[in-house]
This record gives sequence, structure tokens and C-alpha cells, in this order.
Amino acid sequence: MELLAFGKTGWGDELFYATLMTLAVSITAMLIGFFFALIFTPLKLSKYKSLNLIGNFYTTVIRGVPELLVIYLFFFGGSGAIMFVASMFGYNEYIEINAFITGSFAIGIISGAYSTEVFRGAIQSIDKGQFEASKVLGIKKHIQFYKVVLPQMLRLAIPNLSNVWQITLKDTSLISVTGLVEIMRQSYIAAGSTRDPLFFYSFAAVLYLLLTYFSMKLINRLEIKYSRGY
Amino acid sequence: MDFELMINSFPKLLNATVITLKLLSASLFFGLFIGLLFAVLRMNKNPIINKFAYGYSYVFRGTPLLVQIFIIYFGLGQIEYLRSTALWVILKEPYWCAIIAFALNTGAYTSEILRSAFQTIKPGFIEAGKSLGISNKIIFYKIQIPIAIRQSLPAYGNEIILMLKGTSLASTVTLMDLTGVAKYIISTTFKPIEVFIVAGSIYLFMTFLIHNLIKFLEKKYSY
Repeated sequence: MELLAFGKTGWGDELFYATLMTLAVSITAMLIGFFFALIFTPLKLSKYKSLNLIGNFYTTVIRGVPELLVIYLFFFGGSGAIMFVASMFGYNEYIEINAFITGSFAIGIISGAYSTEVFRGAIQSIDKGQFEASKVLGIKKHIQFYKVVLPQMLRLAIPNLSNVWQITLKDTSLISVTGLVEIMRQSYIAAGSTRDPLFFYSFAAVLYLLLTYFSMKLINRLEIKYSRGY
Repeated sequence: MDFELMINSFPKLLNATVITLKLLSASLFFGLFIGLLFAVLRMNKNPIINKFAYGYSYVFRGTPLLVQIFIIYFGLGQIEYLRSTALWVILKEPYWCAIIAFALNTGAYTSEILRSAFQTIKPGFIEAGKSLGISNKIIFYKIQIPIAIRQSLPAYGNEIILMLKGTSLASTVTLMDLTGVAKYIISTTFKPIEVFIVAGSIYLFMTFLIHNLIKFLEKKYSY
């Protein structure tokens, strides 16, 4: 137990901050994912074949390639790409991007592919009559989206989004390979310096379980809130 | 774009794919047995057995696969007693540690898939079997299992694809699978995009094959 003490003698405070880091990366990645879903869901639902193709390409490639490979692409390719863009503006110094940004971006793109599928499914399962009725009533397109489609879509999407959240939370363990100090990386450091990997990795597993357990509780509440009236 | 590198790295990556496929097939094979065992335990009426099976699937589905591999590969070696037993021959090999972790992980997901498949079997099928005087054992093997397999095919297909992606984590315990070799080539040449395209295409091709195989089986066994 003294291994987990706070302060200089134990790893308690380090692991606590690492847990906050895992949460921060997961939330950032989830939000970046929503942003991608916002772009790609309309593409997948579009009437035009070429736009469909772009949307399908994104979700198929990202969901068919291992997360670790995507992370390596961003880790090794990220700063190169930024430097290439910067050199077009005449800036030729070496730029190193922060592991937090690369990590949450890589996980965000993965999470976005899953969110896109969830939103597409949710919009498609809204009754066609709803769209027709709002059209007949002369409701404008964007008001139709905010007042008719979105509330119904959220109810259908939340259970599946909670799965996406779980996947995203667990995927953040993979950014430990880039050196960002989250739960997995901190456990690796602690295990290395105390020669007690069994304890620290098991403790990491417990931390992840606690994170998934409490986030599920929270999401269940949201689910109840959005399914009022059903 | 460095096409020469892409062509040169292709055979190396294809070689590494063999290890990926070995890991995948071994872990799916053992995982299916683990999954079936725990699905049956989950439906047991005894609350202790039931809770145990639920706990197993909850823990393995709620923690990242990376943690599971690290506990088995780095953690178990710490137990002095294990080092003296015959098990150590297996547990000191990263290859077998990876397979054990993958099998336990996919077993947890498979048990959930199979359990829900068993529960959706119409009671009429079992009742019909009983009224024909078929013994419980044969009802289970000849009626429940075939129907459950058909029911769970789409979800199990997804699980196979998830596991294919999961095998990439073997590269974190020094195994040179497809992702491991890809990372090695990237870190020696600093050409991440080219290597990603080649390795990613190999993964996508495998996903495509699995997807179509499952579709074919679904059609074949539809009723």
C-alpha cells in the first residue's frame, strides 16, 4: 500500500494526475471525434455518390486499420506535416508538436469514425414522416434539424455513443507509446523503477475499470433524460 | 511519395502478416472455447457461478487490451512460484503471452455475443425438442448451439475484425507482427505515410476478406 502513498515516497499523486490526463485525452478525443462526425455524417447521407464515397472511405479505412498503426502515423508523421505547412509560409525551424495534441488528434479521428456510424444510423432510423411533416408545416431546414431531427436523434444515439466513449477511453492507453504520461505510461514508469509490474499494471486495470464504471453511470442518467416521453 | 520504399517494404510486411494471422487464428480458436464456457456459466442458475462469469466479462471488456497483455507478460513473471512450474515454459514467451491475453479478451466478448444469441432462441424450439423426447444434452448440442451460432454470426464477424486490429498490440511485447514491422520501417526511414499506406492496405484487405466470409456464411446458414 505504501507504493501508492502521495508525495515523494509513493506513486499515488503521479497515478492520480495520470488518471486526470487519461480523462482529459479521452474527452478531447471524443470532442474532436464529434467534429469529424459533424463533417462526415452529412457526406455519408448525401444524395451525391462522390460525397458518399468520401464518407465511406473515411469510416472504412479508420475502422479497418489497427489503432496503433494510426497512432504511429500521427506520431511520426505529425510534426513532418506541420513543418511542411509551416515551410509554405516561410517558417523553416524545427517544430515539435506536443504529445497531448498528436495523441488526442489520432484517437479523435478513430473515435470520429465510430461516431459517424452512430449518427448515420440514428438519423436513418428517424421516421420519414417527421421530415415530411416539418416540410409541410413550412419549417426551415436548419430549424428542422435543431428542433425535429436532433432531439430524436440524440435519444437513439446515446446508447451507442456510450460504446464509442468506452472504445475511446480504452484506446487512449495506446498513446502511452508516444510518451504521453497517462495511466499506462505512468504505470510503466512506476513498474520499471520499483520492479513491481504486477501490482502497477493491475492497479492501472482497476483505474480503467473505475473510469468505465462511473462514466457508464453518468451516461445512463443522460439516457433517461433524453428518453423522456418514451 | 517514395514508391521504391513502398515496393521494397511490401514483401517484409507480407512476411510479418503471417505472424499476425497466426496470432489471430490461435486467439480466436482458444477464445471461442473460453467464450462458450463463460456463456454457459452466465446462464447458470447458481448466483455465484453467474456472478463470476459476469465479473470475468466485465473486467476484460472494461480494461484496455494493452493492460491485459502487460499484466500477463510483465506481471506474471514476477510471481516466484510460477517461475518454478511447467507453465513458465509458456509464460516466458511473448508469443504465447500475447495469445493468452488475446484469447482471454476475445473470450469475454464472445461470451457476451453467445449469451445473447442463446437468449434469443425461441423457447418453442426447446419445447419441441423436449416433447419429442430428446434429452437435454442433445437439445443443447443439436438445437441450441447451431441456432446460437447462426444468430451470433454478424456480431462475431465484428469481433474477428476487432481482434485482427487487436493483434497489432503484440508489437508492444517485442513481437514483429505486421504493425511491429511497419513501426520498425517507419522509425528507420522516417517515411510514415508510405508505410502506413502499404500496411494499412494489407489490414484492409484482410478485413474485407473476413467481412465477405461472414456474409457468405450468413447467407449459407440463413433459415
